[in-house]
Amino acid sequence: MIQVESLRKTYLSRRRASGVGQALLSLVKPSRERIEALKDVSFSIERGEIVGYIGPNGAGKSTTIKVMCGILVPDSGVCLIKGRVPWKERAAHVAGIGVVFGQRSQLWWDVPVIDSFELLRDVYRVPGREYSASLEELVSALDLSPLLGQPARSLSLGQRMRCEMAASLLHSPDILFLDEPTIGLDAVSKLAVRAFIERANRERGVTVILTTHDMHDIEALVSRVILIGKGEILYDGGFEALVAGGRATGAGIEAVMAALYGEMGIA
Amino acid sequence: MRLLLRYLRLAAKGQLRYRSTFYLTAFAQIAMPLSLLAGISLLFARFGTLGGWSMGEALLCYGVTQVAFALAELSSRGFDNFPSILANGEFDRILVRPRGLMLQVLGSRLDLSRFGRLIVGGIVLAWAAKGSGVEWTPLKAATIALMTLCGAVVFSSLFVLGAAFAFLTTDGLELVNIFTDGGREMAQYPMSIYERWLRLFFTFVIPFACVNYLPLLFVLGRPGTGPAYALLPLAGLAFALPCLLAWRAGTRRYVSTGS
Repeated sequence: MIQVESLRKTYLSRRRASGVGQALLSLVKPSRERIEALKDVSFSIERGEIVGYIGPNGAGKSTTIKVMCGILVPDSGVCLIKGRVPWKERAAHVAGIGVVFGQRSQLWWDVPVIDSFELLRDVYRVPGREYSASLEELVSALDLSPLLGQPARSLSLGQRMRCEMAASLLHSPDILFLDEPTIGLDAVSKLAVRAFIERANRERGVTVILTTHDMHDIEALVSRVILIGKGEILYDGGFEALVAGGRATGAGIEAVMAALYGEMGIA
Repeated sequence: MRLLLRYLRLAAKGQLRYRSTFYLTAFAQIAMPLSLLAGISLLFARFGTLGGWSMGEALLCYGVTQVAFALAELSSRGFDNFPSILANGEFDRILVRPRGLMLQVLGSRLDLSRFGRLIVGGIVLAWAAKGSGVEWTPLKAATIALMTLCGAVVFSSLFVLGAAFAFLTTDGLELVNIFTDGGREMAQYPMSIYERWLRLFFTFVIPFACVNYLPLLFVLGRPGTGPAYALLPLAGLAFALPCLLAWRAGTRRYVSTGS
């Protein structure tokens, strides 16, 4: 379903000048820094899997997700999703995926949520009957009926995230990219979002790629994790096997992960 | 088309929600061109004619420019505001939707308060149509319509060009405003009052003269002009081409750098 091989991506980033003199100098001669966001990233994901894509901040998670979504073209390497190269057939590719960026809303801020949904129906050209069925299912699964008439700006973060999940599934994609979907949520909302991800995977057969810093998300949802650090894949396999050693010491999961990142030299 | 209507409905709903803001903005949109109009009429009250143009004639020029600019702002505000779309990550969201990028940028920022300017421009245009003393023929009326549409295309193209620059600088360049706002201010007066180099620039580089001054000469029946002048506004479409290419180059750059 998803095949990624030897992805490389290097950014040129402008180095921030420290003093006024330096800042003036950089106007004339910008000093640039090469940042290797992805060095050699390979993995493959089968239909129906839920995969946790984890690693410390700045490890290259978002860059990889952007490549898979067709937002970013890598310097070299292969990325095939359902037989398509995302950035070459952007429109055809994105019609079959759903994307949730936890930190950014895709809902229109000032209009009732249902209007955003109807816009998405037209954007994705979802036929009327399919849309009604899909909407009905999502509304009941996520308990959205009291929210549909409210503008997105008046929703709490947890309520909004439930609407975001629905918005990204209205067109029945078979792959769902979730970039930190539980960030900032309270316990109740986190559980609701997790339960829904699990259900979408089970009932709709959606393949889920999930990035998160909350290891409880991973424990609850994921059997397989891919761990990236400094642009390289450092681990690909079962989550329990990864943390078993750390758990034996009796430490909490956060401490276990921190120790693990430290050992790998990517903290 | 259906999607465009949907965008329009959403914009209307969203903007009408803040009623007072909407009314105030619309009021400003009406007041601004009106104050300009007052300035123009003062000018004519003092001097009688301007570069050989009577007030009715000059108001044709003014009306066409205002309507064209209002149409461009109404539709292409997304490109004018493009730096904010880039900065808040909205453009990434646009890239993961299976529709044309330009259509989505356009749809995300339809600005209905711009109807104010459109209405003022329309009224002035209707008034000037009488006041200029032109003997109207279907061809002349069609010329005015073409001027307005192609004028809107020129303004929109400038917005698109500005957006293309935003890919390079992220903040966008105020430089482009010189040509959009400056071009609007300039094109509402007959081009004959300007220096030669300025006229040449606004004929051959940014073809404001082709969508406004030159075809107006024909509409007003100035000697030495003919029906061929009615086709000049099409030069405005030619101007859109390099702007579209710049936009494409900008999006290509964006997906290869991600910033």
